[in-house]
Amino acid sequence: MSTAAESIAAPSVVAPHEGNFYNQSSRKGIASWLLTTDHKRIALLYLGAMITFFLVGMTLGVFMRLEHLTMGPTIMKPTTYNALFTLHGVIMIFLFVIPGLPAVFGNFMLPIMIGAKDVAFPRLNLLSWYLFMAGATIAITSLFTGGGPPDTGWSFYVPYSVTTGTNVTVAVLGAFVIGFSSILTGLNFITTIHRLRTKGMNWMRMPLFPWALYATAWVQVLATPILGITLLLVILERVFHLGIFDPSIGGDPILYQHLFWTYSHPAVYIMIIPAMGAVSEIIPTFAHRTIFGYKAIVMSSMAIAAVGSLVWAHHMFTSGMSETSIVIFSLLTFLVAIPSAIKVFNWVATLYKGSVELRAPMLFALGFIFLFSIGGLTGLFQGALAINVHIHDTYFIVGHFHYVMFGGTGFAFFAALHYWYPKMFGRMYNERTAIVAFVHIFVGFNMLYFTFLILGLQGMPRRYYDHLPKFHGGHLHATIGSWIMVAGLLMMVTNLIRGLFRKVDVPANPWGGVTLEWTVPSPPPVENFDVLPVITEDPYHFNPVAKEPSR
Amino acid sequence: MSAPAEPHAAEHRDYVGAKLGMWIFIFTELILFGGLFVAYGMYRSMHPHEFHEAAGELNVTLGVINTMVLLTSSLTMVLSIIAIRLKRKAQSMLFLASTMVLGCTFLVNKFFEWKAKIHHGIFPGSAALMQRPPGERLFFGLYYGMTGLHGLHVTVGVVVMAVMLRLLARDKIRHDDFIKLENAGLYWHLVDVIWIFLLPLFYLAA
Repeated sequence: MSTAAESIAAPSVVAPHEGNFYNQSSRKGIASWLLTTDHKRIALLYLGAMITFFLVGMTLGVFMRLEHLTMGPTIMKPTTYNALFTLHGVIMIFLFVIPGLPAVFGNFMLPIMIGAKDVAFPRLNLLSWYLFMAGATIAITSLFTGGGPPDTGWSFYVPYSVTTGTNVTVAVLGAFVIGFSSILTGLNFITTIHRLRTKGMNWMRMPLFPWALYATAWVQVLATPILGITLLLVILERVFHLGIFDPSIGGDPILYQHLFWTYSHPAVYIMIIPAMGAVSEIIPTFAHRTIFGYKAIVMSSMAIAAVGSLVWAHHMFTSGMSETSIVIFSLLTFLVAIPSAIKVFNWVATLYKGSVELRAPMLFALGFIFLFSIGGLTGLFQGALAINVHIHDTYFIVGHFHYVMFGGTGFAFFAALHYWYPKMFGRMYNERTAIVAFVHIFVGFNMLYFTFLILGLQGMPRRYYDHLPKFHGGHLHATIGSWIMVAGLLMMVTNLIRGLFRKVDVPANPWGGVTLEWTVPSPPPVENFDVLPVITEDPYHFNPVAKEPSR
Repeated sequence: MSAPAEPHAAEHRDYVGAKLGMWIFIFTELILFGGLFVAYGMYRSMHPHEFHEAAGELNVTLGVINTMVLLTSSLTMVLSIIAIRLKRKAQSMLFLASTMVLGCTFLVNKFFEWKAKIHHGIFPGSAALMQRPPGERLFFGLYYGMTGLHGLHVTVGVVVMAVMLRLLARDKIRHDDFIKLENAGLYWHLVDVIWIFLLPLFYLAA
């Protein structure tokens, strides 16, 4: 370990140690961030933007729950509610959940974990961030210009998205640009992993988070262009009336659904595979035990990426497809559950006879396993044809995908944030507060979304601003749950921000991790490694003296 | 093709990596067009006769001329890369400029082709087109969509080549460091290959 890493923190906000990437930039001030090609700085640019977008999306969600506090109009009109669920979906999915883990932790950790000095194309990496921000800006512009905020839902289904007078064209353009950013990030990661692994790190010695990023990157590269062309066609339909999706000209709206889900179902795996990768890093570190079934986890990531690309039409069972294709897609949907289950069993097996330490990142990771399991199992309900028809377009769906996207990816994002926070900032948050926040988020989350599952089974349809009296108890319960969860989330974010100002001594390896990022100082120097490491053994090789004293 | 030697060890330069990245990008482009090819295949199988009729109205001569233009431009692109590898900078720039001229020729031809069609009232949403059967409307919708997107790629290609020309002039592309030019060439061949599929699907389908 470098001695610089253990020196007492300097009294500035983000430059606690000598010789780290915060104070080694060749540029000064704001330009050192906006013109940087350092993967670590770009990761922090993404992090700042995404936390902001997340808080905006969360606020929109809170307003939707408030609307359901009482029956009838509570605080808004139905059209406002339609705009809110569209924006909540667009912001959360395109600006937080899809890019989240790869753009922030992938950018920061991938080069360090494979023993590289940066990604393969550092300038392209910066361009990806600018495209992301440009897309986000365009999407947000759609709220204030034209015919008002889009009200189609995040999936932009035709024919409504072509006929509505709201500002769909601009919002779709924003999503298109963000997709471009996603493709370039994926391309960059694939090339990085192929070309820049350090000496001795062959494929089966690569840690699981880079493996997960690799599987994700292929899905990003191969699926996102389909979204690109689909959204482009929506714009062409709106502007030039091309007719591809318009039945009055001869087109077929169902084609839109196929093309949209050909991307957007694989996108679900873009969201969840890196989350699984991060959890696969955290579990062994806090169980102080090598990961169980390394190869099975690697292969299941690739299997999810492959099979997950072939299940898209399970979103369309009620659209009137042929029964043959419905049955085939149902079968494939059940198949994709197998690699996901393999991972869950491997994580649990890793815990068995481990010396488990329930620190804040570990609690979020365990929360992930629990919530993702519920999300995955409720997904199987929908893969079953008869049940699917019953629960289609109900709160059951809403509950299911919040368990997967928020309980899964969201919790893994927070787990990763708490896990790598000391490495990224060279600072430490208050762990007691982090745990209290976790408990609030976990309890509130289940009060909110488990109630959704029940409401859905009772028949509450989604995307309605009002509800019948028989659903009132459930909605009240869910809304109260949302307050508890939001209190926890605010507590967590505040705690993380305050942690930046706490002067504490953060060692290079506070948790006792064994992957390469824990061998460099916290925060890492610009070049990551003075001498590139040479790998001689498997990635999760725990020995009794790995851990340094942290408190 | 072997990787060129690295004269500046301090600079990070990865010939294989840069090419790998470009190939992945080309895959994404193919998939982007793939969505449109899927739509074409689906609607053609639904309206085979109407597609056949509508395709007869396109000008095959212009289509074939444009194909020749693009194929020739791919040749000059390759010659430009070979020239710079043989340290013939002026020749390389000349071939690259010829490629740009041919690219622009393609666009000009395309412009007149579109103009003639629009002059006859055949464009998406036009009254004349709406009187025809649905298959023909879709054919022309796809025709404008796909050749339009392709034309956009040609335009981007010409702009990229202008940048390459500048890099050549300033010796940023040299006989021992020509990956940028080579990647630009890969992109140009992609544009070419897509056109080779568009020609039979639209012009020769009659």
